[in-house]
Amino acid sequence: MLEQFDPIVLARFQFAFTVSFHFVFPAFSIGLASYLAVLEGLWLKTGSSIYLDLFKYWRKIFAVAFAMGVVSGIVMSYQFGTNWSVFSDKVGPVIGPLMAYEVLTAFFLEAGFLGVMLFGMEKVGRRLHFTATCLVALGTFISAFWILSANSWMQTPTGYEIGANGQFLPGPSWLAIIFNPSFPYRLVHTVTAAYLTTALTVGAVGAWHLLKDKTNPHARKMFSMAMWMAALVAPVQILVGDAHGLNTLEHQPAKVMAMEGHYQSHPDGAPLILFGIPNPEQNRMDHVIEIPKASSLILKHDPNAALAGLDTIAKDKQPPVAILFWSFRVMVGLGMAMLGLGLFSLVARFKKRLYDWPLLHRLALVMGPSGFVAVIAGWITTEVGRQPYTVYGLLTTAQSVSPLAAPAVGASLIAFIVVYCSVFSAGLWYLFKLMGQAPTGGEEAGEPGPIRSAGTTPAMGIKPTTQPAE
Amino acid sequence: MLASLDLTVVWAVIIAFAVFAYVVLDGFDLGIGILFPAFKVGLERDQAMNAIAPVWDGNETWLVLGGGGLFAAFPLAYAIIMPALYPPIIAMLLGLVFRGVAFEFRWRDPAHRAFWDLAFTGGSVIAAFSQGVTLGALLQGITVSGRAYAGGWLDWLSPFSVMTGASVVVGYGLLGSTWLIWKLDGTAQARARIWAWRLFPSTLAAIVAVSIGTLFLRPDYLSKWLDMPGVLMTAQVPVITSIIALAFYRAMRKQREILPFFMTLGLFLLSFIGLGISMFPYVVPGAVTIWQAATAPRSQAFMLVGALLTVPPILAYTGWAYWVFRGKVGDHGYH
Ligand code: HDD
Ligand code: HEM
Ligand code: HEM
Repeated sequence: MLEQFDPIVLARFQFAFTVSFHFVFPAFSIGLASYLAVLEGLWLKTGSSIYLDLFKYWRKIFAVAFAMGVVSGIVMSYQFGTNWSVFSDKVGPVIGPLMAYEVLTAFFLEAGFLGVMLFGMEKVGRRLHFTATCLVALGTFISAFWILSANSWMQTPTGYEIGANGQFLPGPSWLAIIFNPSFPYRLVHTVTAAYLTTALTVGAVGAWHLLKDKTNPHARKMFSMAMWMAALVAPVQILVGDAHGLNTLEHQPAKVMAMEGHYQSHPDGAPLILFGIPNPEQNRMDHVIEIPKASSLILKHDPNAALAGLDTIAKDKQPPVAILFWSFRVMVGLGMAMLGLGLFSLVARFKKRLYDWPLLHRLALVMGPSGFVAVIAGWITTEVGRQPYTVYGLLTTAQSVSPLAAPAVGASLIAFIVVYCSVFSAGLWYLFKLMGQAPTGGEEAGEPGPIRSAGTTPAMGIKPTTQPAE
Repeated sequence: MLASLDLTVVWAVIIAFAVFAYVVLDGFDLGIGILFPAFKVGLERDQAMNAIAPVWDGNETWLVLGGGGLFAAFPLAYAIIMPALYPPIIAMLLGLVFRGVAFEFRWRDPAHRAFWDLAFTGGSVIAAFSQGVTLGALLQGITVSGRAYAGGWLDWLSPFSVMTGASVVVGYGLLGSTWLIWKLDGTAQARARIWAWRLFPSTLAAIVAVSIGTLFLRPDYLSKWLDMPGVLMTAQVPVITSIIALAFYRAMRKQREILPFFMTLGLFLLSFIGLGISMFPYVVPGAVTIWQAATAPRSQAFMLVGALLTVPPILAYTGWAYWVFRGKVGDHGYH
């Protein structure tokens, strides 16, 4: 039954599905790990128990999200071999070491100190515990560093040689490979994206509890912290995104043409197409709303600069326009909305109404998931825009795929969809349940949980920590 | 040339070390998952879970190093083995998904704890079985043409690979039970003891069956193990294995708490050395040697610097994390 499908399409879909699912969790855990480190640091510095309460509140949520990040990540490190074996053989000498460094410098660090961070507060003393929290946060950042370096190399390959057996081999300098031209932009843009995503989630949880009880001091604290983050980081993210786009224009012009919907070249100033319907058959945009010359102004800083379009690129070398055009707009639109939320919160703060302006809280609540949507939209822009290549300009996706039979890929794809959708929906449900509990001091007492509830609950001696048998 | 030759062996040793570390460390985690239904709902199960909750993630990271390291150091082998063993690898990954989330989910949802306990066991059994099948399928050989896998998608399935799959499940069960003897007390410990007694003879039988089965898989295995004068060396493996088995038996009889676990580790180590003897110098038996699969010398050198700088601290802080959670789990968690 699955024979009639093209194994390449199935393999691509499987990879896209599993990696998109995976990235949802890092996007949250990179930001949340740092937030936890900040909370614990503030607690140690000020001695104020509100920070410790918030730390414990978010730590439970972190544990659930992190577990899902780990199991979905392990799948990813095998997907390269199972689905893209030719790619693995060809580029292994270049990106394999980057991923090995990720395991050695990041994954072990995260995993090694995670246990102490989650369960060891009573066992190792405050400073050591704080160190463990910081190292977990550092681990998530180092992980992003290496994996984004590998991914960026696939976008803008530099520093390689081609071996006699057709493999990509490292040239004399590893720095030329690691710090390939798009890497600094992608690293900054992705890590700030993770911070924004976390801030918006924390802000939404705070807003939810403020809507129910605007005097809750814990909800106030987290809402305020999150809104500072949103107000400060959203504009930075937009500036970084702009710089990233200019970098992409330099190295992957076809991607930018597709993002902008520029089927035609514009010798004297290209318009910025705000909306329109890509029409791939006719190679044009229908029903456009556009600002004349604005695209040239943004991309070339000159309204009359010439801008080439997809008509300069062979049809079989073009990325799919419709996906890119829309995913890019989703990301940018949400970025603008985040900026709006940040500004709104500044106004509210200035008017001393941060905690009793239900409209603001409702808006923050609605924007809660927007970080995740923007992040996935951004990755789709990046990855689909690299098509039809896996290593840009050098190795096509069709050349990269494993020699697999369609039934094998199809069956495993169905298994992934069923398992991920059910397991991760359950996880999402638990996350919602945890976030739905009002943050109050000492809410961990008597909570069912792994040993951390025993290790960290002050009321330990009074309340039983184990659940009654069901 | 000579330098690159050496580095290839060095990397083969490092990958082998990572795989072995994974097998014994996650082996006892998975073993506890496999034995989980034997423990009483409530305190016993909570204790068994808590005996690994702080360390399982670190243990599983060795799997990432094994797989990621193979990709990095022997990309051709990774590119051939993964498609060849596609179904068991995917099954293992999905099993690990269930096993991994169960650690958190069972505490978050008392109403469905029975379900997540089942997922914990099911995931552990599937992961362990798939790992064993992978091992068996690798040993029996893979069809290669050019630089790619050239067989069908069910080539891995054979009586031998099913047997290695079952053997790994049994062996992990023994590892898990002996770990629990060490970390638990009271009724849970007694139950772990019972299971260690049950699984010990089965594990020995599995070792013998897989060893004999391996010998007859390929003529070069047979000659490697039995021809003179090599046999003087290779015969040490079964001899030492027998000694360790005896020591295990005595330790169990004397109700020792820690020794059985380390004796089980010994059994695994010996089996692993035996495996190495059979396979070396191939990564894909009969088709690709470690030198054919090795990555570029520059990649090897670059990674070796990283490994030398990071592995000692990794071992140190991993050891420290175990040390923090030393002693019996108790019924209030760690104090
Ligand atoms: C920008 C960040 C980022 C990106 C693009 C990716 N990951 Fe990831 N990954 C992380 C950031 C991260 C993390 C923050 O380090 C995680 C996420 C949640 C977590 O628990 O650790 C993680 C976990 C994680 C794990 C489990 C680690 C462990 O055992 O502790 C593996 C094996 C991978 N990832 C592998 C991959 C692969 C092969 C990717 C590419 C296709 C990938 N990740 C994309
Ligand atoms: C975590 C964020 C990421 C997301 C959401 C993501 C998303 C995607 C998507 C949607 C595709 C399918 C594109 C298509 O087929 O049209 C894809 C393909 C691919 N990506 Fe990523 N990706 C991510 C990170 C990475 C990283 C870090 C790497 C490598 C180091 C990578 C390597 C690949 C490869 C090899 C393909 C297969 C070729 C293909 O299908 O085009 N991706 N990814
Ligand atoms: C509003 C202004 C923004 C602009 C102009 C912008 C620009 C870009 C561009 C041009 C790319 C593709 C780069 C490439 O593939 O070469 C990209 C990717 C991406 N964007 Fe944005 N972005 C913006 C906002 C956001 C926001 C708000 C988020 C998330 C919170 C986000 C998350 C991402 C991610 C995760 C990627 C993929 C990784 C990468 O290539 O950096 N972006 N962005």
